[in-house]
Amino acid sequence: MASSAGTALSGNDATRLRGEPASRRWPWARTLLSNPVAIASGLVLLVAVLAAIFAPLLTSYDPTFLDPGVRLQGPSSDHLLGTDDRGRDVFSRVIYGGRISLLIGASVAIAAAGLGSVLGLISGYYPRLDTPIMRTLDGLMAFPSILLAIAIMASLGPSAFNVWVALVVVYTPTVARLVRSTTLVTKQQPFVESARSIGMSDRAILLRYVYPNGLSPLIVQCTFVVAFAIISEASLSFLGAGVDPETPTWGNMLRDGQRVLQRAWWLSIFPGSALVVTVLTLNLLGDGLRDALDPRSRRR
Amino acid sequence: MIAYILRRLVLLLPVILVVGVVVFALVHLTPGDPAAVILGDRATAEDIERLRDELGLNDPLPVQFVRWFGGVLVFDFGDSIFLGESVSSALLGRVQPTVLLTVYALFVQILIGVPTGVLAAIRHNSILDRVLTVVAISGATVPTFFLGILLILFFAVRLRWLPSGGYTPLTEDPVAHFKGMLLPAFALGFSSAGLLARLVRSSMLDVLREDYVRTAFAKGLPERFVVIRHALRNALIPALTVIGTSVGALLGGAVVTETVFTIPGMGRLVVQSIARRDYPIIQGAIMTIAMTYVLVNLLVDLLYVYADPRVRLGGD
Repeated sequence: MASSAGTALSGNDATRLRGEPASRRWPWARTLLSNPVAIASGLVLLVAVLAAIFAPLLTSYDPTFLDPGVRLQGPSSDHLLGTDDRGRDVFSRVIYGGRISLLIGASVAIAAAGLGSVLGLISGYYPRLDTPIMRTLDGLMAFPSILLAIAIMASLGPSAFNVWVALVVVYTPTVARLVRSTTLVTKQQPFVESARSIGMSDRAILLRYVYPNGLSPLIVQCTFVVAFAIISEASLSFLGAGVDPETPTWGNMLRDGQRVLQRAWWLSIFPGSALVVTVLTLNLLGDGLRDALDPRSRRR
Repeated sequence: MIAYILRRLVLLLPVILVVGVVVFALVHLTPGDPAAVILGDRATAEDIERLRDELGLNDPLPVQFVRWFGGVLVFDFGDSIFLGESVSSALLGRVQPTVLLTVYALFVQILIGVPTGVLAAIRHNSILDRVLTVVAISGATVPTFFLGILLILFFAVRLRWLPSGGYTPLTEDPVAHFKGMLLPAFALGFSSAGLLARLVRSSMLDVLREDYVRTAFAKGLPERFVVIRHALRNALIPALTVIGTSVGALLGGAVVTETVFTIPGMGRLVVQSIARRDYPIIQGAIMTIAMTYVLVNLLVDLLYVYADPRVRLGGD
């Protein structure tokens, strides 16, 4: 650990800075592709994404169609994963639920990464703005994250968009802190000094030299934010403070399922498993990405 | 040391202020007139006006904030709109289950996390190490509430060994109390145990490479003795921080766990109050939990300085 302190630039950062052709920037891709766990996770995730996109082709049942004739039926050939207490097909609800989960997970990560990057770069680069920005973010981080999300949802009311807003607020500070810490390190580098001395603007320095150097840990962090956001959305919906209760989501299904837990295990097990598998693959993929993109933090 | 504590307390002020502003803003974030929202569709204009007056919504925002925040400092959050009692007495009546659940979960986290991490570190790169790492990742992956549901399905519905929910106060019947808290504490503690195990593992690996550990081995001391007496003591210092931050995760998780296991704590009260739009309760509970979290973290940081003199010498 101690010996790597002086090598702030890794090999691929250096090639990226020199603007060399893409083919030589990809040693990390080879590391990633030689990691069987990461590949398997990526494939499972791909299947989940495809299932969410092509949901209408995979099932002939409308996920919101109520069929009182087939209430609380166990898994069968008619209803692969059974039906719920209002006769809705669980399989279609799980697949359609994946749409919301994945969409919220990905869009929260993108927005939090964007907003967090801007705040982190400004905070790390301009000492004068550092204190006000960081103290505000510290205040937001003083809440247990799910509690802050619950609080925001309590005032905005249940909807998928509001869940997105709440989770972006919750996860932006983490990203901003990460970007700030890499910015603080990078701005001490000689190449930033030289860029400044030839009269480059702050914006250009930040975007062309500082930001790219912090990109690897940011990408890794984003994978985890997707996973956390999916769990949080499910938790919020489970508590009744998330997506509108009529919309099929994994959290809403688990909430409905708990009422009849004694009689119908399939209402809880299937959406819950979909949730766990999605989050697990994201976490394993994030781990693989970290090993590949940031060799210094590689697990021993 | 005293100077350090004072500096930390001063740094706490802006955090408390931001937390206060956020919690205060909650009521004012609601689309529309909060008084009308609270009273529902059938309220008359007069009712709304009276409630606006009662809540002080007619004053300018800064005045409202100062008055509200002044109350918060002496643990006065006004009256509940739904329960017919003051927020602070409603919270006090529900604080015991939440605190005990969090403490038990912390025990579960430490009892699972530390031995697992140590074992993975001393059998570094073995199959056991790999298995434990995967288990640790999955532990952090399974959402608390789903783990709770799985435990209920298995231990309450199928085996009928433990109750599926409810709460018995410790003083009333200790056996029933612990039987009831076993599943929720495990569900809550397990997810943070994974994180702790991974941290203990990596800090243990660092420490095992230190000279004094090699010396201890060279003296011919048995492995068990070196690991526990020499290595673990130092490896646990970084783990302190993780334990501190996980108190926040546990407090937040308690909100969800209480709903799964129908435990009448502060978290369940918050969730019930959302549907009732009982904003003073929501504000009071969230403010209290956030402040507890901030203070626990401060305490852990101070403990850290106390436990590791290097931090004190290097930091100041």
